[in-house]
Amino acid sequence: MIGEEFVALSLTPMLIGMLAAIACALPGNFLLLRRQALIGDAISHVVLPGIVVAFLITGVVAAVPMMLGAAGAAIVAVVMIEAIRRLGRIEPGAAMGVTFTAMFAGGVLLLEQSDTSAVHLDVEHALFGNLESLIWLDATGWASLFDREALAYLPVELPRLLIVLTVVALFTWVFWRPLKISTFDESFAQSIGVRTGPLGFALVIVAALAAVAAFDAVGSIIVIAMFICPPAAARLMTNDLGTQVAWSVFFATLSAVIGYVLAGYGPLWLGADNAVSAAGMIAAVSGAILALTAIAGPHKSRSGAPAKG
Amino acid sequence: MTAIELATSNGTRMDDRGADAALAIRSMTVSYGQKPAVFSVDMTVPSGSMTAIIGPNGAGKSTLLKAALGVIKPLAGSATVYGQPVENARARIAYVPQRASVDWDFPTRVLDVVLMGLYRELGLLGRLRGTHKTRAMECLERVGMQDFAKRQIGQLSGGQQQRVFLARALAQNAELYLLDEPFAGVDAATEKAIIDVLQGLRADGKTVVAVHHDLSTVPDYFDRVFLINTTRIAEGTVEEAFTPQTLQEAYGGRLAMGQLGQTALGA
Repeated sequence: MIGEEFVALSLTPMLIGMLAAIACALPGNFLLLRRQALIGDAISHVVLPGIVVAFLITGVVAAVPMMLGAAGAAIVAVVMIEAIRRLGRIEPGAAMGVTFTAMFAGGVLLLEQSDTSAVHLDVEHALFGNLESLIWLDATGWASLFDREALAYLPVELPRLLIVLTVVALFTWVFWRPLKISTFDESFAQSIGVRTGPLGFALVIVAALAAVAAFDAVGSIIVIAMFICPPAAARLMTNDLGTQVAWSVFFATLSAVIGYVLAGYGPLWLGADNAVSAAGMIAAVSGAILALTAIAGPHKSRSGAPAKG
Repeated sequence: MTAIELATSNGTRMDDRGADAALAIRSMTVSYGQKPAVFSVDMTVPSGSMTAIIGPNGAGKSTLLKAALGVIKPLAGSATVYGQPVENARARIAYVPQRASVDWDFPTRVLDVVLMGLYRELGLLGRLRGTHKTRAMECLERVGMQDFAKRQIGQLSGGQQQRVFLARALAQNAELYLLDEPFAGVDAATEKAIIDVLQGLRADGKTVVAVHHDLSTVPDYFDRVFLINTTRIAEGTVEEAFTPQTLQEAYGGRLAMGQLGQTALGA
């Protein structure tokens, strides 16, 4: 798999999988510690009606309107969750559950009713994305990485996810201290002047940005898995937030690479002649990593354990 | 001092008396839903004093502190710290929330929690230097927790957690210390350590306000009391405001008269 074929067929989907996984895992760390882990799940569901509506309005499956539609739907959902929580005084988990189920169902109904048979937009695509089709046919080998002409034909998802990951990483780096303080002790954070409301909202928006960009490339299965599995597994490896975030990036990368390779070659090794969904396999690998750390992670005993003495 | 006592004893509002107070709360009203938790409360904390906020469960003690700090939004009312709006005086305030209000399972170490007290100094990306860590260690020493600096916070006992919170407040190097039930569920050694630190602060001219539950220790620990039961019941020095009458008014039938009398007069 080294060389020409690898660069053309496997390098870009693998990189896209990695970027999507890391972009979701980074904000996932804070969402997990804030007991808001399901927000990634919610976002990846609610963007579906936004994308369908964008298609209905523009009539084409183009990146920009789809991103705008998805972002709009995500914002509508965030507002709806907050509104249900505050107006109805319903606990956040239930508010999210109601919102994302209703919006995903709405998206499926819209998708069924509208004529999308001519385009690559269906429920399956929404779930699994199209990672395997994000190939770089103009590449002729590793040298293409330095070939201006070939680089121009990189799948558009790659630079897009790179930009999104940069934004997510910058946000995490710049707001590290207030994010950490307000996640640990919100009222103390407010007492020293941290605007916890806007900061929490910004975190959700950044998570939504990562979710929408990743959703477009790799489908909702990976998004849901990457928001939760790598950070949760990382939490079991360490008792330090910085180290936890580093572990989560490592686990996200590991899931993407191992998942992609297993999906493409695993069935061949087992004697079958067909590959399986890369998105599904990446998500499954991240789940397996979480299971391993839950059994053997060095800090698994701490969860929910009462302080001694 | 006389002017303050006169003003508080008849409850009239004299805004000028709040000008040099460490903390002045005016007409504070907070509501969670229909029923007000705190109703039109005035409070004046003289600089350099040590005040216990007391009252029955659900009387609005913690709520009053949080509303003064802007942690929760009041329906009406305002608070000033050394004559300035709270928003402009945050560097002079250290707040210690209730220990139970945070998740002690959070992945961080004792020293990191204390360093959180330096956030206003460090800002978003200011570099954490050796001097900052040395200062944080000194704060841990003042509460007797220097040997636990590298410990994960989830491994601490309740009393140790409370001391770490106090160390974080010390790191803020503030002038007004607001503590929400600092003695709740702590061991005797911790209670002694905390009260020593707080009295040391007062000796340095700082101002301390603490929500407090144990009526029997009020005269020993504090020089002023503020009694609240949704509305202000009494405010003043321990001798003036901590009487069987005011306690009866604040707690109603919830404490036996004998007990009240003993507590208030046995000082």
